[in-house]
Amino acid sequence: MTTWTTPAAGEHIGAADRDPGAVRLRADDVRLAYGEHVVIDGLDLDVVNGTVTAVIGPNGCGKSTLLRAMGRLLKPTGGQVLLDGKRIDRTPTKEVAKILGMLPQSPLAPEGLTVADLVARGRHPHQAWYRQWSGDDEDAVATALEWTGIADLAERPVDELSGGQRQRAWISMALAQGTDLLLLDEPTTYLDLAHQVEVLELVRRLHREAGRTVVMVLHDLNLAARYSDRLVAMRAGRIVASGDPSDVVTEALLAEVFGLDARVIPDPVSGTPMVVPIGVHSSSG
Amino acid sequence: METDGARPTVAARAAGAQAAGMALTALKPRPPAGGSGLRRRRRLTLLGLVVAVVAGSLLSVAVGAKAIPLDTVWHALTAATGTEDDVVVLQLRLPRTLFGLLVGAALGMAGALIQGHTRNPLADPGLLGVNAGAGFLVVVAIYLLGVTTPLGYVWFALLGALAAGVFVFAVGSAGRGGPTPVTLALAGAAVTALLTALTSSVILLDVDTLDAYRFWVVGSLAGRDLEIVAQVWWLLAAGAVIALATAPALNALSLGDDVARSLGFSVGRTRLLGILAITLLAGTATAMCGPIAFLGLVVPHVVRSLTGPDYRWLLPCSAVAGAVLLVLADVLGRIVVRPGELQVGIVLALVGGPFFIALVRRRALAAV
Amino acid sequence: MAAPTTVRAPRAALVPGRTPLRIGPVSTVVRLRAAAVVVVGLVVVVLALAVNLGLGEYPISVPDVLAVLLGGGNGGQRLVVLDLRLPRSLTGALVGAALAVSGAITQSIARNPLASPDIIGLTAGATVGAVLVIVFAGAGGAVGGATAAVGIPVAALLGGLLTAALIYGLAWRRGLQGFRLVLVGVGVNAMLVALIQWMLVVTGVYQAARAYVWLNGSLNGRGWEHVWPVAVALAVLVPAALVLAHVLGALQYGDDTARGLGIRVDRSRSVLLLVAVCLASVAAAAAGPIAFVALVAPQIAQRLTGIARPPITGSLVVGAVLTVVADILARTALGGTELPVGIVTAVIGAPYLLFLLARHRRRSRG
Repeated sequence: MTTWTTPAAGEHIGAADRDPGAVRLRADDVRLAYGEHVVIDGLDLDVVNGTVTAVIGPNGCGKSTLLRAMGRLLKPTGGQVLLDGKRIDRTPTKEVAKILGMLPQSPLAPEGLTVADLVARGRHPHQAWYRQWSGDDEDAVATALEWTGIADLAERPVDELSGGQRQRAWISMALAQGTDLLLLDEPTTYLDLAHQVEVLELVRRLHREAGRTVVMVLHDLNLAARYSDRLVAMRAGRIVASGDPSDVVTEALLAEVFGLDARVIPDPVSGTPMVVPIGVHSSSG
Repeated sequence: METDGARPTVAARAAGAQAAGMALTALKPRPPAGGSGLRRRRRLTLLGLVVAVVAGSLLSVAVGAKAIPLDTVWHALTAATGTEDDVVVLQLRLPRTLFGLLVGAALGMAGALIQGHTRNPLADPGLLGVNAGAGFLVVVAIYLLGVTTPLGYVWFALLGALAAGVFVFAVGSAGRGGPTPVTLALAGAAVTALLTALTSSVILLDVDTLDAYRFWVVGSLAGRDLEIVAQVWWLLAAGAVIALATAPALNALSLGDDVARSLGFSVGRTRLLGILAITLLAGTATAMCGPIAFLGLVVPHVVRSLTGPDYRWLLPCSAVAGAVLLVLADVLGRIVVRPGELQVGIVLALVGGPFFIALVRRRALAAV
Repeated sequence: MAAPTTVRAPRAALVPGRTPLRIGPVSTVVRLRAAAVVVVGLVVVVLALAVNLGLGEYPISVPDVLAVLLGGGNGGQRLVVLDLRLPRSLTGALVGAALAVSGAITQSIARNPLASPDIIGLTAGATVGAVLVIVFAGAGGAVGGATAAVGIPVAALLGGLLTAALIYGLAWRRGLQGFRLVLVGVGVNAMLVALIQWMLVVTGVYQAARAYVWLNGSLNGRGWEHVWPVAVALAVLVPAALVLAHVLGALQYGDDTARGLGIRVDRSRSVLLLVAVCLASVAAAAAGPIAFVALVAPQIAQRLTGIARPPITGSLVVGAVLTVVADILARTALGGTELPVGIVTAVIGAPYLLFLLARHRRRSRG
C-alpha cells in the first residue's frame, strides 16, 4: 500500500500548511433557491481545517442544496460562500477546483469509459491542452487508484463495475484531483454495509493520514456519528444543531429533526452515540 | 432526475416543496400521492379534447375556399337536397375531415407509443424509418409502375412503412440484450438516411417522379378518396387496440426493463407489440396522406403535461389531441393563403415548431 | 497536524492503459489504437484521392497521379490532375473532414449520438439559404453565373449561421443545457424542412430538380474557389477544436462533475458550439448538405479508436475517407450518370452504422 508522502520540492498538489483551527469554507448568511422556491435562507456554516463534517437531516431538508452551494455548483441568491476567506464565485473556477473537490450525488459517466480514464479526468484542473498526462498526473492517479483499492480494475469500463466499485472509482477521481477539501454528497448511497464502512474508513484515512478536510452528506446516523468530528443536523433549510457528535445526537434532537422516537446509547465499539429507533412520532410537529 | 438538480422540473420542484413541507409538519397524514386532483385533471383533459374534436370538425366542414354557414352545414348533414353547398360538404369537406381525424389520432397515439418505448423524448414515429420506408416505395411505384394517385400510393406506402419499421426493430434488437432506446434510435436514423438516399437517387433520375413525389412528401389532406379509408381503417383499429392493450405494460416499462420484468411483464413481447402498433398506426397514417412529421413529436409532450405519464390516459388523450391538432392545422392551411391552400404537413411544422420550442423553453421536460 | 500532501506513487506504479508520452512541458497519453486509426486513415485518404483524381474521360493511373502530386508527371497530366480534378476531390475530403469534426463536437456536448448538425437544424438552415437562391433568384429560369457561383454558397453560409444563432438564442435559458439545445434544434429543423418542401412545391419542376441535386450534396464542378474557404476554416477551427477537446472530455460527465473539475460549463459549451456551427456551415456552403457524414463518421471513429467519446482527429480522418470514397462511387456506380455524393455517403455510412450496432451493442443508460 502506498502512502501520501510529503511533496517533493517544487511540487504542489496538496495544500500548504495551515493553522489547524482555520476556517477553510464558510457559508455566510446564504439564501439558496431553485427559481422561486427558496430552500435555505440565512444559513451560516463554518468548515474548519482538518475536520470531517457530516451533514444529516431528513429527506428534502436542503442538505444536498447546501453542499452544492459550498461547492459553487449553485449560486446563492443572498449571502456568500467563502473559500479560504475569498468569495468562491469570484475565484476562477479552475483555482477553486485545485482546492476543493466535489463528488455529486449521482454522477454520470460516458458509456465505455475505463476506470483509469475516469480517475485521470480528476486531474483536469492541473492540466492544459498541451499538458494532458504529466508525471504528477500519473502519480496522483496511480495513488488514488491504490488508495481506493481499484488499481486492478483500471482498464475495465466504468459501466461494467458493481455499485461499490463504481462509487470507489468516483471517489478515486475526486482524490486524484488532489484537493485539500472534499465535498461528498451521499458517498455511501446504494452500498451495502460493508462497502459503506469501507468508504467511510477511506474518508477517515484521508483525513488522518493525508490531512484532508471533508464535508459529506450522510443518511446513516450511526455511521455519521462514528466517522465525523463534527455533525451538522438540518431540518427544513435550517441548522438545528451542530457540534461534537455526542452532543448533537440526542433523543430530543432526533425527535425534533426526524420526528423519531429513539433511544441513544453509546456505540459498544467506538463509544460514539448510537441510535436505536423505537418508532416514528405520533404527534405532529 | 435528482430533486436538487440545478433546474428542477416543475414536478420535482413541487415534490421538493412537498418534502420541505413534510419536514415542517413532521408526520402529518399525507394525502395519497398524485391524488384526486390529477384524476380530475385527466377527466377534464379528456372532456376538453372531445369538445375540441367536435368544434374542430365543424370548423373543418364549414371553412374553406367557400365558407359555408353552420346552419347550412347542419342542413347538409341531416337533410341533404343536392344543393351546391350540400355537395361540397358531403363530397369534399366531410371526407377530408374524417381523414384528418383518423390520421391525426393515429399519429398522436404512435408518437406517445414511440416516446415510451424508446424512452427518448426526441423520438418521433419517423425515427423508426416509417416515413422514409413509405416514401421510398411510393417513389418506386411512381417511377416503375407509373402510379400517380393517392389511392394508388396507399399499399406501397404501407408496405414500405411496415418493412422499414420491422427492419429497424430487428437491427435494433440484434446483439446481446435486445432492443434498447439508443440502439432503436440509431438504427432508425441509419435506415431513414439510407432510404432517403435511395429515394433521392430515383428522383434525380426522373423529373416526372420528382414532380409527383414533391407533392406527396409535403403531407396533404386535399383530394383524398374515401375509398382509402374503406381499405385501411381496420389497420388503424388493430394498431389502436394493440396500443391500448399494452398500456399497462408500457407503464411498467417506463420504470426500466428490470422493474417491468420483476413486475411480471414480458419486456420483449411488450416491445414487439409496441413496434407493431407504431408501424401500423404511423405507417397507415403516412400511407393515407404522406409524411406528417411534427404531430407525433409535439402531441405527447403537450398531453403528458396534462395527464401525467400514465399511458392508459396518455395514449387515448394523445390520439384525440392529435386528431384536433391535425384538423385545426388543415383548417388554418385553407385560410392563410386563400384561395390556394398550404399543405397540412407544412402548417403543422410551422405552427407546431414554435409551440414545441416554447414548451421546451418553459420548463425542463421530464424525461420520459 | 498531518502534513499536507502530494499524491505520490512509487515509480513503478504506472496507470494501466494510460502510457505517457512526455516531451518537455508537453505531455499526453499514448493511445496506440487511436493513433493507428489516424495514420491508416490518412494513408487511405491519399490513396482514395489518387484513385479519384485518375478517374474521368482521360484516365490516369494511380502511380502517375501520385507522381504528379509529388511534382512529376507530364504537362497534360499536371493540367488535368492539378487544375481540373484536384479541386473537386479536395473539396470532398475537406468538407467530409469539416462535417465529421462538427458532428463529433455536437454529439459530445449534447451527450447524444443523434445530435449531429443534420438533426439539430444547422444543415437545414444552410439548405434553406441555398434553395431560396435556386428557387427565387433565377427569374423564371435557371440560376446561373455569379448568382449561382457566389450566391448559393453565401446564402448557405448565412442560412447556417443564422439558424445557429436562432437555435442558440432559443435554447439559452439561465445557461445552455445540451438536452434543451437538441430539442430546440429538432423543432427548428422540422420547421426549416417544411419550408424547404414548401419552396419545392411552389416552384417549377426544373428548379425543384436543381434544388434537389444541391440538397443531396454534390461535388460536381467544384473548383479552387470552393476549396479555399473550407481549407481556411479547417486550418483555424480544427486546432481550436483540438485545444478545446481537453474540455470536451470533461463536459461528458454531467454538468455538476464538470463544474467540480473547474470548467466553466456554459462558456465552454458555447465556444465549442460556435466552432461546430462554423465548420458545418462552411462545409454545406461548399458542397451542399452531404448527408450522414456528421452523424456517422464520429460514431465510426469512436468505435474504431475504442475511446469513450467521438474523437476529434479520428472523426476528421474518417469523415474525409468516407466522403472521398463516396465521391469515387458517385462518379462510377451508375456508369455515365453521376450521383450526388450525399446519396452515396448515406448508402455507405448507414449500413456500416447498422452493422456496428448489430455487432456491438451499446450499453444503454435508459
